[in-house]
Amino acid sequence: MAPVQDRYTIAILALGGQGGGVLADWIQTAARREGWLAQGTSVPGVAQRTGSTVYYVELAKPGVEGQLPILAQMPIPGDVDVVLASELMETGRALLRGFSTAQRTTLIGSTHRIYAIGEKSAMADGRGNGDKIIEAAHARSRRFIGFDMDAATERSGSVISAILFGALAGSEALPLPTEAYRHAIEESGIAVASNFRGFDEGFAEAQKPVASPITEAVAVPEPTTEQGRRLAKRIAEELPEPAREHALHGVARLMDWQDGAYAALYLDRLAPISALDAAPYELTTEAARHLALWMSYEDTIRVADLKTRASRFARVQGEVRAQDGQTVTVTEFMHPRLQEMCEMLPASIGQRILSSDRLSGFLGRFFTKGRHVETTSLRWFLMLRAVAAMRPMRPRSLRYGEEQARIEEWLTLVTEAARVGRLDVALELVRLQRMIKGYGDTFERGLRNYTRIVELYRSERLDADALARLQALALSGEDAQLTPSAAAPPAQQAG
Amino acid sequence: MAERSFKSEVKKLTAGEGETFTGEGILAVTKALLQSGVAYIGGYQGSPISHLMDVFADASELLESLDVHYEASASEASAAAMLAASVNYPLRGAVAWKSVVGTNVASDALSNVASGGVTGGALVIVGEDYGEGSSIMQERTHAFAMKSQMWLIDPRPNLPSIVDSVEQAFQLSEASNTPVMLQLRVRSCHMTGSFVAKDNKRPPMTVSDAADAPMRDTQRIVLPPANFLHEHEKIEKRWPAGIDFIRDNRLNEWFGPQAAHGIGIIVQGGLYNNLNRAMERLGFADAFGKSDLPIYCLNVTYPLIPDEVAEFCRDKTSVLIVEEGQPEFIEHELNTLVRRAGLDTRIVGKDVLPRAGEYTGKVIADGLADYLAQYAPEIAPQKLPSDLLPAPVATEIPQRPAGFCTGCPERPIFTAMKLVERELGPSHVSADIGCHLFSILPPFNIGNTTMGYGLGSAGASAFKPKDKRAIAIMGDGGFWHNGLTSGIGNSVFNKDDTVTIIVDNGYSAATGGQDILSSRADNDERVTKTPIARAVRGVGGTWVREITRTYDVARMRDTLREALTTPEKGPKVIVAQSECMLNRQRREKKQTAAALKAGERVVRERFGVDPDTCTGDHSCIRLSGCPSLTIKPNPDPLRQDPIAHVENSCVGCGLCGEVSHAAVLCPSFYRAGIVSNPTWLERTADRIRRAVIRWFQAREQRGRLARAF
Repeated sequence: MAPVQDRYTIAILALGGQGGGVLADWIQTAARREGWLAQGTSVPGVAQRTGSTVYYVELAKPGVEGQLPILAQMPIPGDVDVVLASELMETGRALLRGFSTAQRTTLIGSTHRIYAIGEKSAMADGRGNGDKIIEAAHARSRRFIGFDMDAATERSGSVISAILFGALAGSEALPLPTEAYRHAIEESGIAVASNFRGFDEGFAEAQKPVASPITEAVAVPEPTTEQGRRLAKRIAEELPEPAREHALHGVARLMDWQDGAYAALYLDRLAPISALDAAPYELTTEAARHLALWMSYEDTIRVADLKTRASRFARVQGEVRAQDGQTVTVTEFMHPRLQEMCEMLPASIGQRILSSDRLSGFLGRFFTKGRHVETTSLRWFLMLRAVAAMRPMRPRSLRYGEEQARIEEWLTLVTEAARVGRLDVALELVRLQRMIKGYGDTFERGLRNYTRIVELYRSERLDADALARLQALALSGEDAQLTPSAAAPPAQQAG
Repeated sequence: MAERSFKSEVKKLTAGEGETFTGEGILAVTKALLQSGVAYIGGYQGSPISHLMDVFADASELLESLDVHYEASASEASAAAMLAASVNYPLRGAVAWKSVVGTNVASDALSNVASGGVTGGALVIVGEDYGEGSSIMQERTHAFAMKSQMWLIDPRPNLPSIVDSVEQAFQLSEASNTPVMLQLRVRSCHMTGSFVAKDNKRPPMTVSDAADAPMRDTQRIVLPPANFLHEHEKIEKRWPAGIDFIRDNRLNEWFGPQAAHGIGIIVQGGLYNNLNRAMERLGFADAFGKSDLPIYCLNVTYPLIPDEVAEFCRDKTSVLIVEEGQPEFIEHELNTLVRRAGLDTRIVGKDVLPRAGEYTGKVIADGLADYLAQYAPEIAPQKLPSDLLPAPVATEIPQRPAGFCTGCPERPIFTAMKLVERELGPSHVSADIGCHLFSILPPFNIGNTTMGYGLGSAGASAFKPKDKRAIAIMGDGGFWHNGLTSGIGNSVFNKDDTVTIIVDNGYSAATGGQDILSSRADNDERVTKTPIARAVRGVGGTWVREITRTYDVARMRDTLREALTTPEKGPKVIVAQSECMLNRQRREKKQTAAALKAGERVVRERFGVDPDTCTGDHSCIRLSGCPSLTIKPNPDPLRQDPIAHVENSCVGCGLCGEVSHAAVLCPSFYRAGIVSNPTWLERTADRIRRAVIRWFQAREQRGRLARAF
């Protein structure tokens, strides 16, 4: 039998707008119905606007002589019975603030992520490591109930506060019967049916082991054509095992992007790198990835192609949750500039326009405005298809020539380094491709940074660490200054 | 109309004798005011007392039936000046605001009312925005109570105590002719609990009664020679009267034994519950407040009662004062009182407790443990354990600064500022108080200083540039609060050359969406729809531009560029208008639901990102920061950086598309227009269009599969 406990303390960590206040009210209503005195406190303020906030609830029994208990207004670390957290990093914050403790706390937290602005705005990947949080949640709670509450919300067509409330009931961490919880939802009188669905979903999930959001693994492509099988055979014969998965993806991507001959060129380019590489073949593996990405650079033809595919239309329908009987229009925000138009043209013509002030001045006037391209209208659909249909002419385009020259130069750098045995340097040079991405200004900034690092590499004889540091710096902010001193190792701490 | 409707809370306000009232602390105060026969109420909204204002705004019928006058004051100064009604007449009046900022604004009127003194009970309810969740400078209202001589009540944080203190405050005010401040901490305002209600009381004299029979007493007016008399009166009459009332009615409380180990604890009433929990954790109290150590609980923190202090300190070698905030006024005063009483008791306070910061249960427990270790080592407890999360895990947890809501109309203003900054270089930006202040935080990082509500333009007034103009931001709330005169009038008069952007979103949005003069809403109780641009021109502004849709980033950018570069002298004012999205959604959601139910044609728009064209640079996020624009793992097996992703919470404000165009970003964004109950014509056209498109897509797909892997 559980020991008699006269007080329960509950901390709720939620983001503004997630219904943490509603949840706190439900808990109090349920507890009061069972004869508990209940008090809730919160500090909404500016945190209501997307910040994280803590709600705190205490349940207590009057004394034997009817004395009223003195209830605290905020949790003391180590003195919390139940923590409810609506998101994985908020679960982490409960640990950070010491609310959840190994001896005492039932920790109920979602394992899904709502990314913070710092994680979202990073130029590459700024996400925090959720695995460490889950590990700590297990270690620092008496019992950890964790599941993807965002998915549970979706499944039940409910809200996350109802899921948490159900999970709390399902955890049996409080001495309240399930009817008391359900009654609280009923009494609030708002969206009762959907809240019940969420409650049941949360209740059921609380009985299961801790589960993280399911991520779909991308299957390794299987060849479907004769040409595909030939290339797959080449990969099996020419490349070391660790690099093959990337190479299969790469070949499939480049055949989609251009054609089989172009994919064969990709394998031709990989072969010399592979020949210089040694186990565990990290250089070849990464080169297979980055070379495929660079060779399938983003151009107008590719964008027009992807935007008009049947699979894309279907995806949009699903993403915006269009139902039967509804019509959906899709509008793109394109801003083709003269530069991009010329890059699509045969090199000689594109070059001539761009180098003539008169011509580019005249034509440029047609490409200063952003266009609202309604892809679902016939006019724009056919226009985009016409652009996509220029694919066979792409190898003669201005951009194609420029990109192939850059790729060759990059591969030369890589193989030169590999040839003298500096595989680590070669690997970092391969990875520099990561910076070249996007369109317009983003692309130009990335290319500028790439060029600058390559210059520094040539003039300063940088080692692998310096290259990695410079890349990290380039991806740390839009106005990062790439200087020789930035490549130097960080100063050792004195003492 | 405010962000939250309080119609159901208003019902609670009618509770009669013996009924149990269950609700939030600040609502309990509103009920207590009605039970005390209050005649008039005013105030200015702001966390944590917005709900008090909102409830009264929703309770006009009830207030009318009781002949209670309620006003949503234009500023805290207006509210404080309202207390003038209690100077000559036995009218009980209450005003409320966020402190310490509101008290700053109100202090001119407060000084006047405190100098002349009051006949009817005058109560100032201050929501002390201090500690966790606070959005303002960390100062104490206590200083104002001391300098103007107003009594300061800081009740124990439970609803019965808080409710009782309202009634007591009125009585104390009347007994000593002195205004009284009731201080409520953030958590007490938002704390739920219960108390047993009494009947509401119609004021014995109403404001109309008073106006019908005006009284005049020149002795009460702050003008020589009366102003000199007031100072004497404060010390000789009102002070002793106040002390007597507090002592005779035992407003302060004592807990625990009279003596134990030669020590004792004095605590501010508002901190009592946290102290008790700390003591319970350390083993010196039980859950019901039965204490092993003597406690003197100051429900009135100003003035202190010399007899009570002397009595408590006598026979004790030391006393711990638990006093939150700084300077430690109570500790200073206690030292004085103990010396005057000829006692040797050592007053211990900020030497064991932190000088700054919130006094949480843990902080008090640690301080108490330190105190006992020094002054009563025989009972010194073990400190509460603390087991910090190791740094490698802790550093993974990101900060979550507050930011603009999904679809907020203020966001595009700062996006446009960012784009102009790229062209013309950074400007000095004087920010203001309001939601727009979030521009200071990521991702915009715009704003150099903020000097107070409505003071954006004034904060830029020192800049008399040769070339580079400073930019000031002001909200519509701040504009009507004082910015029209302190900012616009000031810059016209002084021929300032700065640019002011006035964010006109139709509400006092940051405080909960209350109506203001320029609100677009119909409001039976108030006058709205007064254009800001007209007011600006009225005080002599000439370069005034109105932008009626802030989401038009290109126009916003071009107008701002023009304001920064035009040869015209004098202040440049841009009024940027679009309705607060939070309030707009609340308004439109109901309409849309009704229309859908009735089978009417409804268009919903939202944005999306194509995962195969997004390359994961996140430029779009750095120019937006919208909660619904987020990231997700890259579905591309070759790419690692997460891609941008629009969640279903998107309200289709249009910013993402505008930014893509204005900043020439990337073609990955799309806008979907979803039409429910389309017309027959629409349906037919859609069918035909789709059939043709499908034919082309099938043909393309065959070709692609033929050349595929």
